Amino acid sequence: MLLLLAVLIGVLYGSAVYLLLRRNIFKLVLGLIFLGYATNLLLFVASGLTSGYPAFIRNLEGETATMSDPLPQALILTAIVIGLGVTAFALVLVYRFYSVTGTVDLDELSENE
Amino acid sequence: MILVLPIMLPLLFMVALIFTRRWLAFQQVFSLIASFALTFLSALLLAEVSRKGIMTLQLGGWPAPYGITLVVDLLSAIMLTTTSFVALVVMIYSPGFIDKERQTAGYYPLVFGLLMGVNGAFITGDIFNMYVWYEVMLTSSFVLIALGGSAEQLRGSVKYVTISFVASIFFVSAIGIMYGQAGTLNMADLAYKMRSWEEMPYMNSALMLFFIAFSIKAALFPFFFWLPASYHTPPVAITALFAGTLTKVGIYTMMRFYSLFVVEDVMFWKIFLLVIAGLTMTVGVLMAASQFDIRKILSFHIISQVGYMVMGLVIFTPQAVAAAIYFTVHNMLSKTGTFLAGGLVYQRSGSYDLKYLGGLYKSMPFLALLFFVPAMSLAGIPPLPGFFGKLFLVKGGFAAGDYLITGVAIAVGLFTLFSMVKIWNEAYWKSEPENMPAPSRVSNLTLAASSLLVLAVILLGVFVGPVMKITHEAAVQLTDPLIYIQAVLGKQ
Amino acid sequence: MESVILQIAARHMRPILIVLSLVVLYRGHNEPGGGFIGGLMLGAAFILYAMAFGVSKTQKSISFSPVTMTALGLLIALLSGVPALFSGSPFMTGEWITLFQHTVVELKLGTPLLFDVGVYLTVAGMLMLVMFSIMED
Repeated sequence: MLLLLAVLIGVLYGSAVYLLLRRNIFKLVLGLIFLGYATNLLLFVASGLTSGYPAFIRNLEGETATMSDPLPQALILTAIVIGLGVTAFALVLVYRFYSVTGTVDLDELSENE
Repeated sequence: MILVLPIMLPLLFMVALIFTRRWLAFQQVFSLIASFALTFLSALLLAEVSRKGIMTLQLGGWPAPYGITLVVDLLSAIMLTTTSFVALVVMIYSPGFIDKERQTAGYYPLVFGLLMGVNGAFITGDIFNMYVWYEVMLTSSFVLIALGGSAEQLRGSVKYVTISFVASIFFVSAIGIMYGQAGTLNMADLAYKMRSWEEMPYMNSALMLFFIAFSIKAALFPFFFWLPASYHTPPVAITALFAGTLTKVGIYTMMRFYSLFVVEDVMFWKIFLLVIAGLTMTVGVLMAASQFDIRKILSFHIISQVGYMVMGLVIFTPQAVAAAIYFTVHNMLSKTGTFLAGGLVYQRSGSYDLKYLGGLYKSMPFLALLFFVPAMSLAGIPPLPGFFGKLFLVKGGFAAGDYLITGVAIAVGLFTLFSMVKIWNEAYWKSEPENMPAPSRVSNLTLAASSLLVLAVILLGVFVGPVMKITHEAAVQLTDPLIYIQAVLGKQ
Repeated sequence: MESVILQIAARHMRPILIVLSLVVLYRGHNEPGGGFIGGLMLGAAFILYAMAFGVSKTQKSISFSPVTMTALGLLIALLSGVPALFSGSPFMTGEWITLFQHTVVELKLGTPLLFDVGVYLTVAGMLMLVMFSIMED
């Protein structure tokens, strides 16, 4: 499980960097999204992975229940929410950029610099 | 209770401003009063903290290492006060400068959203919570920088959004690794565990990730390139607000983290950061010298000045850190001041480009004064605060025996003077170019805002003694992290 | 896009999604669900409608603007921290009242739920704001 996730995170980071380096501005946004996912998974794995146990148990009386650490899950949820916000804004930005400049090519971006 | 107000009040103001978004006049007056209230509140907080020592609040009643703690020490209080004062000035400046379309498109609520994030980052005692406040601040700044949607702004904001997001990614990854190592997110608890535990193998990697995240935010060498590519695009009032607050949050976080978390390999971090600081100063000032747009010269100067703050921090004696804090306060005021004065030039002559400007000293001596004071302060001319800031930094550097970096700092000061004089010569002293458009009226409110800021800069220089006393106390708290740890955890 | 199938589906799906989002919102405190997911569902309900009928028609069919909804959500989330102050606890302490208790069913209301309602409205409002601004032409 750990190995699988590690490989997955690596693949996600790789794809994200590849997409970020593309000239197409929409692919840039896709790259940002992938980067966000990779990091969420990294957060999940780095803060200790316990699989197969619930993160919340209602009654703990008498029995020693095994549970997974709920905090990383809460952190990831927060990171996902924030990622959603940034992605939404980036999409609007890209759309506006396209309708104002009429291009999706990032090279035209640096034209006036 | 007073500790939640710096976060909750801006939120409340933001909500009120969203509900009243159709009434522009009300928004202008309300945001003025609101930012005044915030300034008053943070000044109150500063007085309270300097009397009672570090104040803490456990949000939701959850005890310290588990819940989110809000902590205000002197450094936080100083930063809060300066930020809200800068915001107050920008709020006076904005109605006369920013066009109606942008003002009704949500400018005022967004500024308070930004302030909520900045204040939150200043007072939180929890690293993940700090990330959340960073994002609140960044999201507001994303919208602010793109507000109005001109092609140039959109170009700038694509770069800004991308680099900020990447910085946030570094931040979260570092938090994940740190949590995996220590099992806590509370900054004081983390610092305590790092001091008492033997094995923390990945701590330096986490710190390096943190360093990258914050140095992107604070625009340190080699991560500064985004700043001059995006900061000059929105209306200058927004740029001034960003210059005065956003990059300084990066510096604040760096100060906090360096003080709390750099336990192992102190020598490595010190040398590494000193090299970075020296390069940041030099590269920033050299790049500035080659520019001709007022906003770009000033943007590159932000970078150069950030180097000084890092230098003071890393020397890490109470004198040097006190000087760094004083320098930060001075920089927030003077930097905003020069940007606002640049805006006045634009309002009067319709250009930021030095090649098309001239004769402003002759036609408008008062406006010239409004630029002259903060600019000379940045360059470090004697009776102004920039001089004292650099003097104390240099003194601290020599006292600690870091001669090389101190020498670099002095040399960079000369170059700063060069580019400030360049703006002065070109825009104010040079005779008026022939094809210069007829001067337009400068609104009184913007003049008043600039004057208020210039007054603050002068006062900061006049009262250098008392101010340095406060920053020295702040530096003592910062250089002895045990005070912070004890205040939050309440043990040992 | 003028698809009859989508239009009829959207017309019937919208109320169902809204009710479902409320269910998800309520059970969210201790079980899977919550304000964020509920808010996404609420937003999705209106976005689906907008895809079928167009943005302007959707905005006419709801009597509030997404911006107001977001602001209202923020306000509710902020106010949910206040009741704790009256009982002398720190800001944001959870306060619960049990309206109805039975061995099988119980109805508990509290400030964390109120906070969730705030999140619910904010998320839905933001989502609609963003999607509507991309979709309208």
